[in-house]
Amino acid sequence: MAKILVVTSGKGGVGKTTTSAAIGTGLALRGHKTVVVDFDVGLRNLDLIMGCERRVVYDFVNVINGDATLGQALIKDKRLENLYVLAASQTRDKDALTQEGVGKVIDELSQNFEYVICDSPAGIEKGAHLAMYFADEAIVVTNPEVSSVRDSDRMLGLLASKSRRAENGQEPIKEHLLLTRYNPERVNKGEMLGVEDVEEILSIRLLGVIPESQAVLKASNQGIPVILDDQSDAGQAYSDAVDRLLGKEVAHRFLDVKKPGFLQRLFGGRE
Amino acid sequence: MSQAEPDTQAPAFQLKGSMLAITVLELVRNDLDSLDRQLAAKVEQAPDFFNNTPLVLGLDKLPEGGLEVDLQALVELCRKHGLLTLAVRTGQAAYIQAAGHLDIPVLPPSGARERKLDLGGKAPAKPAEPQYRPSRVITTPIRGGQQIYAQGGDLIVIAPVSPGAELLADGNIHVYGPLRGRALAGIKGDTNARIFCQQLAAEMVSIAGHYKVAEDLRREPLWAEAVKIGLTGDVLNITRL
Ligand SMILES: Nc1ncnc2c1ncn2[C@@H]1O[C@H](COP(=O)(O)OP(=O)(O)OP(=O)(O)O)[C@@H](O)[C@H]1O
Ligand SMILES: [Mg+2]
Repeated sequence: MAKILVVTSGKGGVGKTTTSAAIGTGLALRGHKTVVVDFDVGLRNLDLIMGCERRVVYDFVNVINGDATLGQALIKDKRLENLYVLAASQTRDKDALTQEGVGKVIDELSQNFEYVICDSPAGIEKGAHLAMYFADEAIVVTNPEVSSVRDSDRMLGLLASKSRRAENGQEPIKEHLLLTRYNPERVNKGEMLGVEDVEEILSIRLLGVIPESQAVLKASNQGIPVILDDQSDAGQAYSDAVDRLLGKEVAHRFLDVKKPGFLQRLFGGRE
Repeated sequence: MSQAEPDTQAPAFQLKGSMLAITVLELVRNDLDSLDRQLAAKVEQAPDFFNNTPLVLGLDKLPEGGLEVDLQALVELCRKHGLLTLAVRTGQAAYIQAAGHLDIPVLPPSGARERKLDLGGKAPAKPAEPQYRPSRVITTPIRGGQQIYAQGGDLIVIAPVSPGAELLADGNIHVYGPLRGRALAGIKGDTNARIFCQQLAAEMVSIAGHYKVAEDLRREPLWAEAVKIGLTGDVLNITRL
């Protein structure tokens, strides 16, 4: 049985798809058979970032509607033996996904993979709900700014109450915090929240801190998940995060500026 | 085609046997004036009992050969005191006939054992013991958008409370962690309710409807400190814990 991992955030544009591609690729690199599923029906970004957009024939919605089998719809990665993508449909809207249909596909994927990574759309509506509903673990992608932290907090509340595990009274979804687009200089200037601040507000385990990096844009333009750029800071940071996900103890890097105090001003300061 | 027509074959009713516990007013002598006075006294003792209470009139214990009771007057007297006659229990032909005129069913004379009803008039119903209500205890962080209500008691949170979260309690609220959301204690009007928290960073606190919002709270000298919040008159008092 696979581990179902959702990459989610609430807020849009924080780096969920970048993270899904990187973590999925990282797990496959370490020998785990992994599939990354794009839940962002109507937008379809994952296949671009994974560099397989020209090979999409059938998508997630086709499988749910029975127009194609999973075998037909799964796209095998060109670089890695263990990596597959299930693309989202660009032509349908979010209503094409049903809980029953998604459940069936996830179950079938569970039989054949070690990891199922669900790339959630932004928001807390149906698409995001379905992406997280079947999850065993969640990577909550957060940018170091107040609105993103709030949305992540909201999403954490939903993970704890509105998932299959919560509804069945099972052990809750295991939550990981991934802080992305982290810019120590701006934290230093007090323009962004520091790691400790975000950790304190969200009070969940820190999986990793991914620095703001040119390498990410370059990687997505080339359709090569940034984790494969092992010279880049973001690539290395994602690598560390995958190791931690697999239970390794790895020290955090790329945070060099430590600056408590923003939280002080935000919540602790007086007028 | 026949969807709109009622199915005339389907059963329209069910007959069910049932045991009803019912009050019997057993008349021991024919003295309606005394009955009137004595019933009035009973009503005073236990007013709740005499409130359209269904009743069987037991006439089978009346001495044989005495003066016949005016059944209609008896039924009216009972009604006056809040007792509605369902049936008359008797074996005497005269009463059976009278009941028939009044359209009241007749039951055969009693053989079964009956319990004397104690209306407990003396000790007016003891006030119910205040019930022990366990506090509602939450051990995981309460996130924005979540609302937790402790009905009829206290709310104890052993975790942080995020901005956008809302805590409600009929009693007190305790937060062993930073309180960054809203906390409303005593929401049913208990002015003695209090809020305790390890770090006051709330968006709003309220006790029995008297509230302060973050804008005011931030000016408090005890902002970000461990505090207790209580109501004195109309004023929310924030003091160091
Ligand atoms: N660490 C990073 N450094 C620099 N840019 C980044 C980083 N992570 C993500 N980005 C950029 O942010 C933008 C949004 O990223 P991405 O598409 O992964 O976010 P998303 O959360 O999936 O968005 P959506 O909510 O629309 O699905 C992209 O342009 C991406 O290149
Ligand atoms: Mg995305």
